[in-house]
Amino acid sequence: MHMLRRDKKEEEEGGGNPFHNLEKSVVLQETRLFNETPINPKKCGHILTKLLYLINQGESIGTTEATEAFFAMTKLFQAKDPVLRRLVYLGIKEMSKIANDVIIVTSSLMKDMTGKDDQFRGPAIRALCSITDNTMLQSIERYMKQAIVDKNHAVSSAALVSSLHLSKGSQDVIKRWVNEAQEAVSSDNIMVQYHALGLLYHIRKYDRLAVTKLVSKFSKHSLKSPYAYCLLIRIASKLMEEEGAGTDSPMFDFIENCLRHKSEIVIYEAAHAIVNLKNTTAKELSSAVPVLQLFCSSPKPTLRFAAIRTLNKVAMKHPSVVSSCNLELENLITDTNRSIATLAITTLLKTGSESSVDRLMKQISSFMNEISDEFKIVVVQAIQSLCLKFPRKHNVLMNFLSSMLRDEGGFDYKKAIVESVITIIEENPEAKEAGLGHLCEFIEDCEHTVLATKILHLLGREGPRTPTPSKYIRFIYNRVILENAAVRAAAVTALAKFGAHCEELLPSCSVLLERCLLDTDDEVRDRATFYVDVLKQKQKALNSAYILNGLQVSVVGLERALHNYTLEPSEAPFDLKTVPLDTQPVSEQKVREPGDSVSKATDKVVASTQDIYAERLAAVPEFSNLGSLFKSSSLPVELTESETEYMVQCVKHCFGRYMVFQFDCTNTLNDQVLENVTVHMDPAEGFDVMKYVQCPSLPYNKPGTTYTMVRLPEDPTQVTGTFSCTLKFIVKDCDPNTGEADDDGYEDEYVLEDVEVTVADHVQRVIKPNFGGAWEEIGPENELEDTFALSTVKSLEEAVKNIIQFMGMQPCERSDKVQEGKSSHSLFLSGVYRGGHDALVRAKLAMSDSGVTMQLTVRSTDPYVSEVLVTAIG
Amino acid sequence: MGGIWSYFSGLFGTKERRILILGLDGAGKTTILYRLQVGEVVTTIPTIGFNVETVQFKNLKFQVWDLGGQTSIRPYWRCYYSNTDAIIYVVDSMDRERMGISKQELFSMLEEDELRKAVLVIFANKQDIEGAMTPSEVANALGLTAIKHKYQIFKTSAIKGEGLNEAMEWTANTLTQQK
Repeated sequence: MHMLRRDKKEEEEGGGNPFHNLEKSVVLQETRLFNETPINPKKCGHILTKLLYLINQGESIGTTEATEAFFAMTKLFQAKDPVLRRLVYLGIKEMSKIANDVIIVTSSLMKDMTGKDDQFRGPAIRALCSITDNTMLQSIERYMKQAIVDKNHAVSSAALVSSLHLSKGSQDVIKRWVNEAQEAVSSDNIMVQYHALGLLYHIRKYDRLAVTKLVSKFSKHSLKSPYAYCLLIRIASKLMEEEGAGTDSPMFDFIENCLRHKSEIVIYEAAHAIVNLKNTTAKELSSAVPVLQLFCSSPKPTLRFAAIRTLNKVAMKHPSVVSSCNLELENLITDTNRSIATLAITTLLKTGSESSVDRLMKQISSFMNEISDEFKIVVVQAIQSLCLKFPRKHNVLMNFLSSMLRDEGGFDYKKAIVESVITIIEENPEAKEAGLGHLCEFIEDCEHTVLATKILHLLGREGPRTPTPSKYIRFIYNRVILENAAVRAAAVTALAKFGAHCEELLPSCSVLLERCLLDTDDEVRDRATFYVDVLKQKQKALNSAYILNGLQVSVVGLERALHNYTLEPSEAPFDLKTVPLDTQPVSEQKVREPGDSVSKATDKVVASTQDIYAERLAAVPEFSNLGSLFKSSSLPVELTESETEYMVQCVKHCFGRYMVFQFDCTNTLNDQVLENVTVHMDPAEGFDVMKYVQCPSLPYNKPGTTYTMVRLPEDPTQVTGTFSCTLKFIVKDCDPNTGEADDDGYEDEYVLEDVEVTVADHVQRVIKPNFGGAWEEIGPENELEDTFALSTVKSLEEAVKNIIQFMGMQPCERSDKVQEGKSSHSLFLSGVYRGGHDALVRAKLAMSDSGVTMQLTVRSTDPYVSEVLVTAIG
Repeated sequence: MGGIWSYFSGLFGTKERRILILGLDGAGKTTILYRLQVGEVVTTIPTIGFNVETVQFKNLKFQVWDLGGQTSIRPYWRCYYSNTDAIIYVVDSMDRERMGISKQELFSMLEEDELRKAVLVIFANKQDIEGAMTPSEVANALGLTAIKHKYQIFKTSAIKGEGLNEAMEWTANTLTQQK
């Protein structure tokens, strides 16, 4: 918008951006002028500026062309013109990543960085570091160390910041500059002090103890630079976060003290840190919030903005504290800065009472079209959380969202609205019909394929279960007529779901689907043909398996399995059971936090951790004949305390008849190298250790992996056990600096914590969108039922959480959420047991005086599986 | 345009002449450059890339490029050949072992078309050290007789500053006569 306006203005004036119509090839041609002698600094400077402009506009330049231009540019070093020289530094920095052989200017830059002209020294350092790689770093090390402690502030700062950039690739070399950085921290220049502290922290950031020392040292020895203070506050609060430290920590005292600093920036940083600490309570906030409150009425818009933004972020977590600022917030509603006003209103929406909603919504709609998409998204999030907080207001809010949907806006904005509507529908059954109606209206005129398919999927899932499913058919079929292939395909699937779920709609759905049989797109036609045939069979089990519940395999795994199958053709048909199942992302089980859905990344097919594990295991020859990986435990289990000599984590991989334990080990002693590392396991009864795959060498701080393979017991009902583990290895002493090890070593061992194998390790989570259908499909043949009294459990929520964890299965139909105030609840779980047996669990829970009583019913395609699952609780 | 400019600047004697200092690593190129420019011996480190300085000799201005001599840098010499008036080729007279390599580099450089008109000045450097090869020995080792370029060899010591003036005198005279 801004660009547009400027362009127009320029047209009127007849002037404009002199670089507006630059041609890359012409500019590159012009750089040949650099080769001429004598140099014309003005002309060359102009050409170089054009080149820099192009690069900054994102124009891509090929390596050959860039290298040619770069070498031409090196000729400019003969000119002494200061403006031209500084442009050359910029040119070097910009082209260092695209041209080859950029080290050619090393000597020239080293001369400039050590020269007499202070104006050149800082920029020369920055340019030098941009062309220096690990192998060259040694040769400039001495000069960098000198520059860090140079008495010229610009030089010192440039060296410190460049060191920070360099440390990304060569942490080890930069570590040796710690003394110089230490010296620079005591500089009396505020920038140098800040940059030096940044470098010091960067050097030590992986060593928590050293960072703690750093903070406690500088928190006493009062720093001069407010920026350094801000950084220290950030480091301290990160440390508190990692340690889970409470307010009794000295770190907290330091941060709180900063609230009384004389610089506003430090005060704000401290308040921001306190407010955002994970486990702050109202008590700690009582010191920080008044500061923010004061900032809210500051004459400086930046301060007002910072304060209101911070309050807005924590409004949901600490509504009572934030509402103490309501008076200030009310004043900010009419702030001339719309960003501040938006944040003020949305904060009030989050903290306000039900009665104020209407008034605030009216206020905000008065300037909704004046604010940018980014802030509109903030409004959408506020409305979403409001809707969850006051379910009765969903009418007003839903209407507001739908009018926002109709307005102009970018993709991110529309996506945020759609996702908010979906969240509201999922949380509040009463809003479902209105919400689906609004979304139907939206897809009638929606240019974003991703959103249209998302909504169609939702309609297919939720629509059939509403009182009048027929009213959605029209919207869906319109998509088949009007939209592109991807949307048509999604619409066909949605139609099929209506047909499969609602008998009375089946004839009409079939007719509509048959019309799609002649679609121009292969995918649409294939889907339609498939669904028409399945629906013709009129069998519930088929509908449930092929239309309502769909495929449950990992896409990456399926791709790999099919690829292997085509490489080695065999008579036997492809067996879908051999494909690893799709792992349910962990986030699915969490109660979604308001606003969370908006920040979620787009749903792309990415390799899950399990797919990555499968690939790594397949690379180990010893495991080549184990079959396909069934399940890997999601989070590694720590078998050592943190900060011990050796750190070991365990991941369990379950195969058809074997289990492979993967031990990721790290050696934290820099004067030792471990060799032939294995983890010996003392198996539980019935389990046999078959093989150890050792890790040949484990040098300092380089993680290595060893595997232990165990055969599962013959008895299919015996699946759990405890294994005691010992790390065995040969120790060799080594030189901490070079890592060179002595020839002689000795055997040693290290006791680890036990590894538990639980029922959950044998079960893969699989969601059944239609649990009832799946329950009927499996049938009562292998049904087992038992009643348990869970006396240690205090609430239904806790019981639900524990059962999910024990079983390792996926909650269906959102049955993991217990409605408030209810004394009974039904939990539906689905999964697949090792060997590919479908398993479903129905747990009826009831609250009683002595705890929770549970009636557990298990259905499965295999009798042993039912038995194992029933015994999982106990 | 350029022709007219060089004609005028030639008249007033202000045109800068372009000189390259080449040679194997450790021959003393950078020391020579700064000896010529500031008249002192400066401490040097291996040149990664190049140094470029303006050197005033009598009424002539030279723009002198000292290119690094390490094996990894030598391929880049050719990027700086164009418009060169004179080449100072520096040889370490103590380094008998690498005379052959030095000769190869010299000959492959002289084959370049861009250097066709350049004057060649060879510095048999490090003559202050006892046991150094004499200029004629160096000339033989380099096979200078086969060279078609206008050239002259000088006996120099950059550390002591000996022979540099004579060499520059000859270079300046040859270049002014050429134009």
